[in-house]
Amino acid sequence: MDLQTLTYLVVGATFALYIGIAIWSRAATTGEFYIAGKGVNPVANGMATGADWMSAASFISMAGLIAFLGYGGSVYLMGWTGGYVLLAMLLAPYLRKYGKFTVPEFIGDRYYSQTARAVAVICLIFISFTYVAGQMRGVGIVFSRFLEVDLLTGLIIGMGVVFVYAVLGGMKGITYTQVAQYVVLITAYIIPAIFISFQITGNPIPQLGLGSTISGTDVYLFDRLDQVVTDLGFNEYTAGGKSAIDIFAITAALMVGTAGLPHVIVRFFTVPRVRDARSSAGWALFFIALLYTVAPAVGAMARYNLTATAWPGGVATAEGAMSIEDRPDWMKRWEQTGLIRFEDKNGDGLIQYYNEASPSGQALAAQHGWAGNELRVDNDIMVLANPEIAGLPNWVIALVAAGGIAAALSTAAGLLLVISSAISHDLLKSMIARNITEKQELMAGRTAAAVAILIAGYLGYNPPGFVAEVVAFAFGLAASSLFPAIMMGIFSKTVNREGAIAGMIAGLAFTMGYILYFKGIFITPLAANIPENWLFGISPEGIGFVGMIINFAVAYGVSKVTAPPPARIQELIESIRSPRGAGAAIDH
Amino acid sequence: MSDKVPTSAGAYWRANLKTVLICLVIWFIVSYGFGIILVDVLNNIRLGGYPLGFWFAQQGSIYTFLALIIFYAWRMNQLDREFDVDEQ
Repeated sequence: MDLQTLTYLVVGATFALYIGIAIWSRAATTGEFYIAGKGVNPVANGMATGADWMSAASFISMAGLIAFLGYGGSVYLMGWTGGYVLLAMLLAPYLRKYGKFTVPEFIGDRYYSQTARAVAVICLIFISFTYVAGQMRGVGIVFSRFLEVDLLTGLIIGMGVVFVYAVLGGMKGITYTQVAQYVVLITAYIIPAIFISFQITGNPIPQLGLGSTISGTDVYLFDRLDQVVTDLGFNEYTAGGKSAIDIFAITAALMVGTAGLPHVIVRFFTVPRVRDARSSAGWALFFIALLYTVAPAVGAMARYNLTATAWPGGVATAEGAMSIEDRPDWMKRWEQTGLIRFEDKNGDGLIQYYNEASPSGQALAAQHGWAGNELRVDNDIMVLANPEIAGLPNWVIALVAAGGIAAALSTAAGLLLVISSAISHDLLKSMIARNITEKQELMAGRTAAAVAILIAGYLGYNPPGFVAEVVAFAFGLAASSLFPAIMMGIFSKTVNREGAIAGMIAGLAFTMGYILYFKGIFITPLAANIPENWLFGISPEGIGFVGMIINFAVAYGVSKVTAPPPARIQELIESIRSPRGAGAAIDH
Repeated sequence: MSDKVPTSAGAYWRANLKTVLICLVIWFIVSYGFGIILVDVLNNIRLGGYPLGFWFAQQGSIYTFLALIIFYAWRMNQLDREFDVDEQ
């Protein structure tokens, strides 16, 4: 069977599975639509959280980023897992005890203020749409490369599938679909990694293979990798890159941002008991760690394979580069997507791949008569093209396509749900039309989800040029606005309405302002985005960490000089802090 | 962030904060300490082919995070019962 048919078959089978699950688990009440009736088993919720969290960025882009950043890629690995420690210990169990439907609802109740709730809704919608656009782009890439349909058709199919299970099934449908999607995506990620690790090092466990020697030699993979990349003028793989303060700040912003992302937090509203929220966070991190500890191996081995492919006759030697005629078939296929490109600048029929920006790379070029780097490789193809680069069988390639789509769809569905519940529950039910019935609210939730899907599809088809830039926004905003507000709401009895609102606005304004200043998303950047211009040497990606500190400081300061929270709020906090009486579950 | 009321609820909350504090100190040392601040020093030690600092940044910290959450969940369940605030 050819690759095309096989891919259609595998992707089609997974779609049928998702839709089947959606029909089986339709939501009938608002409780089921928003939080799956609080009846999700903690292990299942852990898996669903894994799929919810691991987006197209984790599945498709992260290993590629690590491949090119080396040690610098650690910020994503630590940042996107360490946040679960904060989530498990500082937020999840308490929010589950509180036991309502949405994150803005908690902020509104705890700070006895509709204004606070509205600010939280704005943050939530901005964060979630930023994310959704990225997922839809991921769906588009996978469809156009593997199914060879055009982007629009691919997007419409993807939107149609999400529509069925998110609109019909609500949180309940999404949860069980995500469990299935987790299984698909983790299998698709790990199988090629096992093959490649075995090919290169002889050890099938990628985490161990990465620390092993290259098959048939006694040279460690890392030593060889450091050697070849520095020979080509790149940074050493296992060290270097960004400054320590920047790595520190980015890691912190990603960790705190992860803990403050509404679509992740809300997953912990769906389990039956407080103790389940705690254990579920552990399960979530376990399922996430399966992918996140394999990703460094995928990245390093992809970099090694790429360098070996580009320099078949010896790395950085005069005649060692790959010739245009002999370039491998996978390269020709991926050239059509524009994600890999070559240009024979010095007209010698060979493709020289090296770092033209570094002094040692330039010295090399002068010595051998190269006219610049001739190969450009997009981070995103590292995972997707990996099975082809390693010459793995067609079914593995088809599986990777299904895995990429599963990762993108599962995250998109989770995001669409928090957007729709913020609109139907936090805006409509509590602010605009208080006396609508549950049935009407459910209908409004479904309509909001449908509209959100259309907007997400539009953003995926016309990706705003700033999608990559605004990812820093999403984490920065979550870190500087929602996380501190929720955490202080639980751990402090003194922070009041005025403090929380002032803190959120200050954190948000500072973080947004800093990012706009250097990245200029709607305006022209006001200063060059270089370390010399940064505050304390912290890049816009890491500034959410400073925004968080500002939020905490402003909130405490303002709370000190304004009236303390009323007695009923003190009681609410006491009750959140004690697990007893968390309310009964609804069986599925 | 502390309660001054000498009740069992207050004692439970203090025991909770202590557990969280211990976990977060370890969380900080392993990721920010070993993986970032001390990375160059630790890279002089090898763990198989891994430079140790690099291993903490890309592997060890994640395993530690998981262990911390497991410990926390176990310890909190124990505290819930001890202070009689568990869910029945």
